[in-house]
This record gives sequence, C-alpha cells and structure tokens, in this order.
Amino acid sequence: MDYVLLTEQLLNGFQLGIILFLMAAGLTLVFGIMDLVNLAHGSMFMIGAFVGGTIALMTGSFVLGVILMVPSMLVIGVVVEMTALRTLYPRDHLDQVLATFGLILFFNEATRLIWGPEGLVVPLPAYLDGIVSLGLGITYPVYRIFIIVTGLLVAFGLYLLVGKTKIGMLIRAGASNRTMAGALGVNIPKLFSIVFGIGAVLAGLAGLIITPITQAAIGMGEDVLILAFVVIVIGGIGSIRGAFIASIVTGVIDTLGRSFLDVVLLLFLPANAAESAGPAVSSMLIYILMAAILFFRPQGLFPPKGAG
Amino acid sequence: MGAFGPLRNPANMFTALVLVIFAITPILAPALDESFYVIVFARIMVWGIAAVSLNLIMGYGGLISFGHAVYLGIGGYTVGILAFHGVTSAWIQWPLAIGVSGLVALVFGAISLRTKGVYFIMITLALAQMIFFLSVSAERYGSDDGLNVLARSDLGVSFFSLNNKTDMYYTIFAFLLASVFVSWKLVNSRFGTTIRAAKSNDTRVQSIGVATYRYRLTAFVIAGIMCGIAGLLQANLEGFVSPDMMNWQRSGELIFMVVLGGMSTLFGPVTGAFVFLMLSEVLAGWTIHWHIIFGPFLVLVVIFARGGIAGLLTRRADRD
Repeated sequence: MDYVLLTEQLLNGFQLGIILFLMAAGLTLVFGIMDLVNLAHGSMFMIGAFVGGTIALMTGSFVLGVILMVPSMLVIGVVVEMTALRTLYPRDHLDQVLATFGLILFFNEATRLIWGPEGLVVPLPAYLDGIVSLGLGITYPVYRIFIIVTGLLVAFGLYLLVGKTKIGMLIRAGASNRTMAGALGVNIPKLFSIVFGIGAVLAGLAGLIITPITQAAIGMGEDVLILAFVVIVIGGIGSIRGAFIASIVTGVIDTLGRSFLDVVLLLFLPANAAESAGPAVSSMLIYILMAAILFFRPQGLFPPKGAG
Repeated sequence: MGAFGPLRNPANMFTALVLVIFAITPILAPALDESFYVIVFARIMVWGIAAVSLNLIMGYGGLISFGHAVYLGIGGYTVGILAFHGVTSAWIQWPLAIGVSGLVALVFGAISLRTKGVYFIMITLALAQMIFFLSVSAERYGSDDGLNVLARSDLGVSFFSLNNKTDMYYTIFAFLLASVFVSWKLVNSRFGTTIRAAKSNDTRVQSIGVATYRYRLTAFVIAGIMCGIAGLLQANLEGFVSPDMMNWQRSGELIFMVVLGGMSTLFGPVTGAFVFLMLSEVLAGWTIHWHIIFGPFLVLVVIFARGGIAGLLTRRADRD
C-alpha cells in the first residue's frame, strides 16, 4: 500500500463524497423543511444528467450544458413539486414513499421513451480531459479535481445561502417551525417550491458532472439515492453540515474499503479467503458503519438544533 | 374490522373469489387450455405470502419496512446455495432457510427498531441493500447473474414431489392459507393487541409497563421468517435465485401490494398481490413501456384510494 495510491484513492473518495453531498443536501433540506420522504430525488439526478448532457451535446459546450441545466432543473423541480408532491405533505411517510416510488417508475420510463434505452455518452471537453501532477509523484485527473472544486464551491454557496441570506433565514424558520413561520406571514407553499427547486438543481448538477465519467443511464440515480439516504441518516436529517461531513466520510470509507480492504484482510486471513471476502465486506462497509452509528446515536451524528 | 366478517361485505366476497380462483386453477386452467395461468397464480401466491408477512409489521404494527424483500432473497439463496452444495432435502433446507431468515430479521430488527419514523424506513432499506450487495459480490454463487437452483427441495416422500407442477402449486397454496391463518391468530391474540396498541400510541403502551420494543422485535422476526418461507418457495418455483429478488424495488412493490389490497386487513395483501401482478401482466402485454402508466397509477392510488381495495369495497358497502 503505497502513499501515491492511497492519496489517489483518498481523492476519489472525496470526489464520491462531493457527489453524495450534492444529492444529500437537497434530500435533507426537503425532508427537514417539508417533512417529505422523496424517493424521486434520484430521478432529478438522472434527469439533470440527461437534460444537461443533451444541451452539452447540442451546443458542443459542456460548461454551457451545466449552466443551462440549472434553470431547466429549477423549472422541472418546481413543476414536479406543484403537480405531484404538494398533495403529499399532509400525508404520512408511507404514502410519500409509495407515491414517489410511482414517480420513479414514471420518470425512468419517460426517460427511456425520450432518450432510448442505451443512455447518453457525454464526452469531456479537451481542457478538462487530462492529468495533472500534484507533486511527490502523485498525478490526478483534471476532471475529478473540477468535480471536487465545483462541489466545494456549491457547498460554500449553500452555506452562505442558508446561513446569511433572507431566503435562508426563511428556510431555517420553516425548518424549525413551519406553522409559526406561516402564521408570521411567510408564504410556506412558495418557500417549499423554491427549496424543492434548489434540491432538484443540486441533484441534477451531481448527475450531470458525474456523467462524463460514468455516462447517463436509466435509473442511475437510485443507487446514489440510497447512499444519500445513508448519508443523511448518519448526518442527522435536516442538517446540511451533518450531510456534508457524513458525505465525505461515507465517500472516503467506501472508496478506501473497495481498494484496500482485501490487503487489510490479508493480514489475518488466508489469501483466497481474503480475496473473496474483500469485495463482499467492502460493499457492506458503509451500511455497517451506518448501523453502528444509529445503534449508538439513533438521531444521527448532527441532529439539527430545535428539531424533534 | 372483524377478520372474517359477514360474506355480504364486498371486500370479503372479493377475497373469497380470489381464493376460489387460486384453489381451482390447476384443475380449470388445463381444461381451458390456459396452463400458463398455473405458474402465474403460483407466483402471485408466493408474493401474497410475502405481502401477508409485511402486513403483519406494517399494517398492524405501523413499522414501514422498506427492505422486506431481503427475506425473499435470504430464503431463496439458502435453498439455492444448499442445492449448489448438493444438499437437497427439504428437511434440512427449510429449517435452515427459516433459521437464517429469522436470525437476520433478529439482527436487523434489533438495530432498526431503535429508530422511528423515516429513520426506520431508511435503515431497513439500507440494511437490505447490504445483503443485496453481498449477493452481487458473491462470485461463487453467480453474482449479478444469479444462481440456478440445481434441484427442487426433496420432501423425501414418494407420493408428493415439488417436481410435479400441481404438487408445487398446492404446496404454495397451503403455505398461503397457513400464513393468513397465522397472521389471523397472531393479530387477535394478546400479542397482536399489544402490537396494534403500540402502533396507535407507543408512549402510552410503554407507560403502562409494556416493553413494546420486544413485542415489535418478535413481530419483526415472525414477519422475516414468513417472508423467508415465501423466498424458499420462490426459489423452488422459479428454479432460480438472483440478487434481483431483493432489489429495493421489490421491497417497494411489496409495500404497494399491501397498501393496494388494504393495510391491516387479513386478506388485503393477498388481493393486493393478485391485482398488482395481474395488472402488471396485462399492462406489460400491452406495451413494453407499461411503467409509464403504472407509475402514475401508483400515485393516484395513494392519493385517492386510501384503504386500498378493501377500503373501497367496504366504503361502498357502507354507503349502500
């Protein structure tokens, strides 16, 4: 296990963490503020990838794809919120799970109808397609650094938005006491639409920026969605800070587990046992982590203040 | 609502109709030259057992498990893996499948029941995903491609064999009736009353001195075992197990079957499984893009048809 590989895998884990954070931030906001379990958040990830990817292919500019994806996802998010989800707020979590499960089926099939079953390959622009040296013999793809930087910028922007602006104040007010905020004249339905729109944009961004690495595929959001659930459960539902820390921890542990666990297991298992147990255990690692954290802290690591 | 209410109740009549269809299909279908339906209904009944088991904790206990299909996989893989290693006797396979499902349910229940509400939904989902990924990474047992169940469970008697289609069908039918009977007995017992009381007000039940955690955990384990049995039947019926059996979408479908049929009703999950799978069959025969209709249908059922089929039929009866 040399330090070059270790650094690379740490960065990969960090990059996965960033993607998870973009998903989890929207999910935790929507849940924290609207008390809505939204499985269709994974569909926003997918739609962002397909819509942004199509724009990028049509205009020939990936950056333009990212920029135009933002208003598209905002519109799609608000429309979905207003047509389908609004009726679900007063319902119990079971109804929400089921209805948004139905939305996933719908969005997956609609995507298949529009873009075909093969998915979408979005090439990297030349200036992002390369490898950069980080010194000490460590090299790393430029594009992955681009993802990490984008994610950190968005996280910082989100921190400013929620912590320092008027709309952020309303969001926090809505999160801690919806009824009271409404009584004080905050337009709660409008606030919900905006928050959902922001969540859809973040999820769409995550889906789009991962697409040049993985390509856009039907149902691509679902595995990420479940990981994002793990993240917000670990971080404490409704907490953006918790979501950020938990995302990075989850991303790093998952990635390091997949690359190094068999080496670690070799220390105390025979070679063939370690080789077969490695992938099995590493794919379970973050779920074990989550179970362990919930066992000791059922509310997650950073439950938001004043919640519950 | 009384479990075996008067037969005039349309919901009960519908149930009776479904049961009669199940009972006579192996005789009627070949006569009508529609033998295909024997396997379709056998599949539906297996899902029915799984849905009945989920209803036990979700309908009566209020515990929304979003990972219930994992026990289908565990029951199924136990049979598949044992057959792979040459152990085909049902008398070894089935108790083991039951034991493993029960053990997993005990561990998963012990962890997840410490949480409530949406945390519970997500943690059951995540724990199920864990086993799902375990099966995906198990190269020896086929990974993604799944595992052929090399031989059906051997009951060790000459007059009855799961290799015979009709015998297989009636075995599943018997287990279906048994699962409904067990859940009827449980729900109306002191145990079931406690579970239902904890659903409506956990704090109050605890404050009168009942350790609801233990009751819930017991119910969780019973439901896990019951679903594990559905899994071992599915493995025998299809002759094949794969990670897809415990895909999270299967868990979602199970929840929908229960809700569609009518939560906290005895036969609701069975009729729910019946309608769900028949509808999928019909729509899928109509267009390959059937999910585009099925998805919104799901949303509409949630929004407009609370109480599911049982609820609709009962409400209708009340109005008449």
